[in-house]
Amino acid sequence: MARTVRIPATAYPVERFTLANGLRVVLAPDRSAPVVGVAVVYDVGIRSEPPGRTGFAHLFEHLMFQGSENLPKLAHFRHVQGSGGTFNGSTHLDYTDYYEVLPSNALERALFLEADRMRGPQLTEENLRNQVDVVKEEIRVNVLNRPYGGFPWLHLPPVMFDTFPNAHDGYGSFVDLDSATVGEAAEFFTRYYACGNAVLAVAGDFDVAVATELVERHFGDVPARPAPPRPSFAEPDLTAERRQSYPDPLAPLPAVAAAWRVPDPIADLDAYLPYVVLAEVLTDGDAARLVDRLVRGDRSVTSVGGYLSFEGEPFDVRDPSALVLQAHLPPGGDVDKVLTAVDEEVDRLATDGFARGELARVQARMATHLLRDTDGVLGRGLRMAVLEQQRGAPELINELPRLLGAVTEDQVRRAAAALRPQRRAAIEVVPGGAQ
Amino acid sequence: MSSDTAEQTPTRVRRPLPPLGPTRTPPLPTVAERTLDNELRVIAIRRPSVPLVEIRLWVPFARAPLARATVLSQTLFSGTAERSGVELAAEVQAVGGGLSAGVDADRLLVAGAGLVTGLKRMLELLGEVLTSASYPAGEVAIERDRLADRIQVALSQPAFLARTALARRLYGRHPYAESTPGADQVRAVRPAGLRALHADRVRPAGAHLVLVGDVAPKRALDTAEAALAGWTSAGRQLTLTPAPDPRPAPLLLVDRPGSVQSSIRIALPAVDRRHPDHAALQLANMVFGGYFSSRWVENIREDKGYSYGPHSMVEHSVAGSVLMLAADVATEVTAPALLETLHELGRLAVLPPGADELEQARQYAVGSLQLGMSTQAGLAGLASTYAGFDLPLEFLAEHTARLASVTIDEVAAAATRYLAPAGALGVVLGDVARIGGSVAALTEVAAPGAAG
Repeated sequence: MARTVRIPATAYPVERFTLANGLRVVLAPDRSAPVVGVAVVYDVGIRSEPPGRTGFAHLFEHLMFQGSENLPKLAHFRHVQGSGGTFNGSTHLDYTDYYEVLPSNALERALFLEADRMRGPQLTEENLRNQVDVVKEEIRVNVLNRPYGGFPWLHLPPVMFDTFPNAHDGYGSFVDLDSATVGEAAEFFTRYYACGNAVLAVAGDFDVAVATELVERHFGDVPARPAPPRPSFAEPDLTAERRQSYPDPLAPLPAVAAAWRVPDPIADLDAYLPYVVLAEVLTDGDAARLVDRLVRGDRSVTSVGGYLSFEGEPFDVRDPSALVLQAHLPPGGDVDKVLTAVDEEVDRLATDGFARGELARVQARMATHLLRDTDGVLGRGLRMAVLEQQRGAPELINELPRLLGAVTEDQVRRAAAALRPQRRAAIEVVPGGAQ
Repeated sequence: MSSDTAEQTPTRVRRPLPPLGPTRTPPLPTVAERTLDNELRVIAIRRPSVPLVEIRLWVPFARAPLARATVLSQTLFSGTAERSGVELAAEVQAVGGGLSAGVDADRLLVAGAGLVTGLKRMLELLGEVLTSASYPAGEVAIERDRLADRIQVALSQPAFLARTALARRLYGRHPYAESTPGADQVRAVRPAGLRALHADRVRPAGAHLVLVGDVAPKRALDTAEAALAGWTSAGRQLTLTPAPDPRPAPLLLVDRPGSVQSSIRIALPAVDRRHPDHAALQLANMVFGGYFSSRWVENIREDKGYSYGPHSMVEHSVAGSVLMLAADVATEVTAPALLETLHELGRLAVLPPGADELEQARQYAVGSLQLGMSTQAGLAGLASTYAGFDLPLEFLAEHTARLASVTIDEVAAAATRYLAPAGALGVVLGDVARIGGSVAALTEVAAPGAAG
């Protein structure tokens, strides 16, 4: 079947500039709704945590909301929400983001708030202890008190990787969290929260000239500090399969996740994109290969998903990264059988290629996903900020649907051929819960 | 406000907070609406931000048998007279689309999105499913097993168990008491039963379809009419009796031995969106725990570190509204967290909120409506929900105006009426051996139950 739908693209205008202090800025105006998204992304994440300080990047993210140079504790939240907006932050392998989305008449206020904490958060013992408690509750609610907590993102990397940056628990151990100090937080801020290590992105309802002036007004005098050198986190590929299992006392049913290393997402985007497509060919929707085979054919799994990077963010991650598959099994399910069937289906794709129209329809659906993710000003601003930070190319946001649409059958087949069992890391959840 | 705020090192404000700029009223989207001959109401809204279209089909499903309705929602797209489920999925995917169904005690909701160039095709396939879904035996068997497994997993989730325990206490014999069928009930569903339920209840009368995206609304209506005119009305339309309001009762402790956290869930009375108290109640709830900058969150999270994400919200269902509080707290601070919760409820119920506090909540409530409308998906969800409650999209503007004009006295009165801790109905799921004694020291506790 010839392609029945043209893959559409967006044409968001993108302005880039760098302030004298090194802060990189991306502006993406869109006057269609009176809302604005502001994102600040710092080039530090879980992989940059020092040994013995697991969870520190995330804990520090919490501290960035606890008051800053001109703002007492709680003020940040109140000013954003009292302007009609919402906010949050999140910590990733390779970056930490902070963001607001607000009615556009609050743009200057949002810039003020972000600039103030870029100058300096209030790092006090009281706030640190309070947020250690909050983070521990976050870990309890998301990991310790629920079935499949942290599966697979906390459990699979230590099977696949050997070095501390790639393998450790990014939520952190309670021992490490409890022993964190204000001095360490100050050091972490000085090193990584330099304006030379940050990107500011603003998307939505504003005039570019006005916004440029506001950015200069609020961020222009943030003291210049250069970005710290970013070490390579490279590790050699696996040459023999690695398998581990762990008991989950709360989980009622088995589950498995497997991952294979993929090309460098930044340095070799052309080689990387076919893997992004491959994950969707295998798992997106009821017509996908592994859904058809494992869910409907073998009935060996009840659900299967596939994505790039342990956080499911194909375009927000640096090397080393992975294609991840995960599946939940029925009672008494056999993980070996599932992995064998995955190998067979991947082989079949590599050897026999696609059915008529199969690739085109997957690419059409991927375009929808991408466009939908960036329909909101916040999703758009965040994506552009990370693209600027990691690639110096925020305008790539407009190109991605088309680039994915241009991936060929041969490229995806070659990617499939690379998912060999001996390059695989896998983790199995052994259920210990209610029988 | 947390008591420790005053202990912060006083900070000289060298840089003043910038004022807000002039408010820009959102441009009203172009809307067109038509009721088809088969009584399906179709609403099309233009928001051309991306070349996509969002689809929401709401079919009234009150009093549908829970297990059958749940399996139906999972097998609606598993085959038609002309196509297998895989073929259907491939055809929808070919236009960048996806469609899925879900069900609750009020409605069957089909939701999806796709490239706007594929709108006609998606609606044709939707029409085919609505008129000739076949519920093939093999597919039904697979989905039954999957559902039973998902239910088993849900039964190991503390949030699910706590919510279920509260709903049973709250709603008694009303259908809202049960949102998830038992695994055995699911396994007993047969394809013939699904076909019968479909014939009886998956009908255009009383249903509505919302389309939002890069569309010319009138043309979208024509497309929908052409694709769905063959969907005919017969079947029944049923309604639910009003859901009971929460009746104050002793706190129920539900045992989950070994739990490292306790799940606190509390219900309070609320009113529907048309009620004169609604805007005042919404703001009272904001001040209490309805957003991050609320008293409850600032107290038990930002001051005391008891909980990661406490929140409260007014939940509207067709047959009734309720105010729900939820917090997961470490086992060892369960009673102290409950104490603070009751304290904050009581404080707002008997003392009026501060003027600044109310203005902040008001801004947030109004801003949230604006933000919610700024994406195709947000607008589609809102328009569909409103239509399901017989509210026009203009209600948004009316409600915004009401939020803007509610007075402190009205908010204080609403807090007294609805948020008083004496009116609470609650459940705490946790390790009862560790939390029972201290919780009982604080409030009356009902006879213990067991999880699951």
